[in-house]
Amino acid sequence: MKVVETDTADDEARDVPALEIAGLTHDFGKRRALDDVSLAIRPGEFTVLLGQNGAGKTTLFSLVTRLYDNRSGSIRVFGKELREHPSQALSRIGVVFQQRTLDLDLSVVQNLRYHAALHGMARSLARARIAEELERLELGERAGDKVRQLSGGQVRRVEIARALLHRPRLLLLDEPTVGLDIGSRQGILDHMRRLVREERLGLLWATHLIDEVAPDNRVVVLHEGRVLAAGGVDEVVRQAGAADIREAFGTLTGTKPR
Amino acid sequence: MMPVQYLRCLNGVVGREALRFLHQRERFVAALVRPLVWLFIFAAGFRSVLGVSIIPPYETYVLYEIYITPGLIGMIQLFNGMQSSLSMVYDREMGNMRTLLVSPMPRWYLLSCKLLAGVIVSILQVYVFLTIAWFWEVQPPLAGYLTVLLALVLSGLMLGALGLLLSSVIKQLENFAGVMNFVIFPMFFASSALYPLWRIQESSLVLHWICAANPFTYAVELIRFALYGQVNLEALAVVVICTLVFMALAIYGYDPGRGLIARRGGPAG
Repeated sequence: MKVVETDTADDEARDVPALEIAGLTHDFGKRRALDDVSLAIRPGEFTVLLGQNGAGKTTLFSLVTRLYDNRSGSIRVFGKELREHPSQALSRIGVVFQQRTLDLDLSVVQNLRYHAALHGMARSLARARIAEELERLELGERAGDKVRQLSGGQVRRVEIARALLHRPRLLLLDEPTVGLDIGSRQGILDHMRRLVREERLGLLWATHLIDEVAPDNRVVVLHEGRVLAAGGVDEVVRQAGAADIREAFGTLTGTKPR
Repeated sequence: MMPVQYLRCLNGVVGREALRFLHQRERFVAALVRPLVWLFIFAAGFRSVLGVSIIPPYETYVLYEIYITPGLIGMIQLFNGMQSSLSMVYDREMGNMRTLLVSPMPRWYLLSCKLLAGVIVSILQVYVFLTIAWFWEVQPPLAGYLTVLLALVLSGLMLGALGLLLSSVIKQLENFAGVMNFVIFPMFFASSALYPLWRIQESSLVLHWICAANPFTYAVELIRFALYGQVNLEALAVVVICTLVFMALAIYGYDPGRGLIARRGGPAG
């Protein structure tokens, strides 16, 4: 694991993008889910992937986490082509899927330990990291509880803790606030912004909720599988000739934003 | 990834499967009641109807209960193999599968871990079943309890690999009932689990061919001979070859470039 850390330091010194996607197209049968998508996320950047349901956000996540292969274009994680070095790439990615993926019948700690094992972490290291992450996300007291007993917001936080256990340098979150109340939503957003600022993680946050975009974020507008605009919030607003990001999204996609 | 990390991964997958198994008491009870019903009721009823002559590995006339025990062991493993891989895909909408597949470990290794974990759980079930059956006069030689372990590992791997394969290629099997009707029942009934092959041959040649082509028959025979400390070489060869073929196809099916996930039509988002 040491080797990976030195690698990471080098990459960041060279300013290699945490995630670089170029010319990515993906079809499901006759339906084109992604059409020539390109984007880049640098370490220390909070990027919001903004798109309505069905825009192709989840497809993009599935390709980056190698649930299926990209047949065209390239996906690089810290400069490493995903298809050629899947193991190196995946060990640097932390991911929170849109659907719940924790085992409801197992306890919080048991779920996290399972994830640590899947990343080949030693027990002692796993124990320390689990305690640390749970503490950070204010879940220390729920460690022994079954996931079934947790609230929606707590489950999400456990999934985030899990995604961070192996110290990824790139964090992918697919609609992480769906079904959460405003308080939990804000809490999770704040925590993610802190991680990006303090630990210089590259972060991709997929959402259909425009009010989750902060002024200092980068935005990628995805609509019907195509990237319509990308850049800082101001840039995207200017490109669209709009007053704010909400209006910009509406103008670009020709839809009414939520 | 270093070898020790591979071991930790295996340890984690097996540990989780064991925990899940312990937590799901209904699953455990169901897995046990099924073969016991066959043993206590079906076998008792058919004891007088179905005479079994002396055939290897048996050295005397045996009770029908004794004859069908290896078949019921196979049934435990068959159900287990189908359940552990199919539930992963259908009941949980691939949530757990996603967790597993984003691990940096190679995919073939992850699937093998998953398979092995299922086999270990099925073997636990088999030994509990054998313990209960012992009180029902199904008493193979003590050494047989040890030798059967090897057979159980092999037959469990074959049936588990078949489950994985099915989960990777079958697009529309809405629920477990479909698997029961189209996989488990045909495999179980068209095999040597309930009646010896020579008896089937007497009544229908075609059915005999089907049974002789059914991999499950060989799993059952491997277990039957192993319970009496013997090796049925033909069964051993068929089981090993089938395991390798099923596993290779399952790994192919879970290859991110083709198979299961890519052809599924993709997610909604």
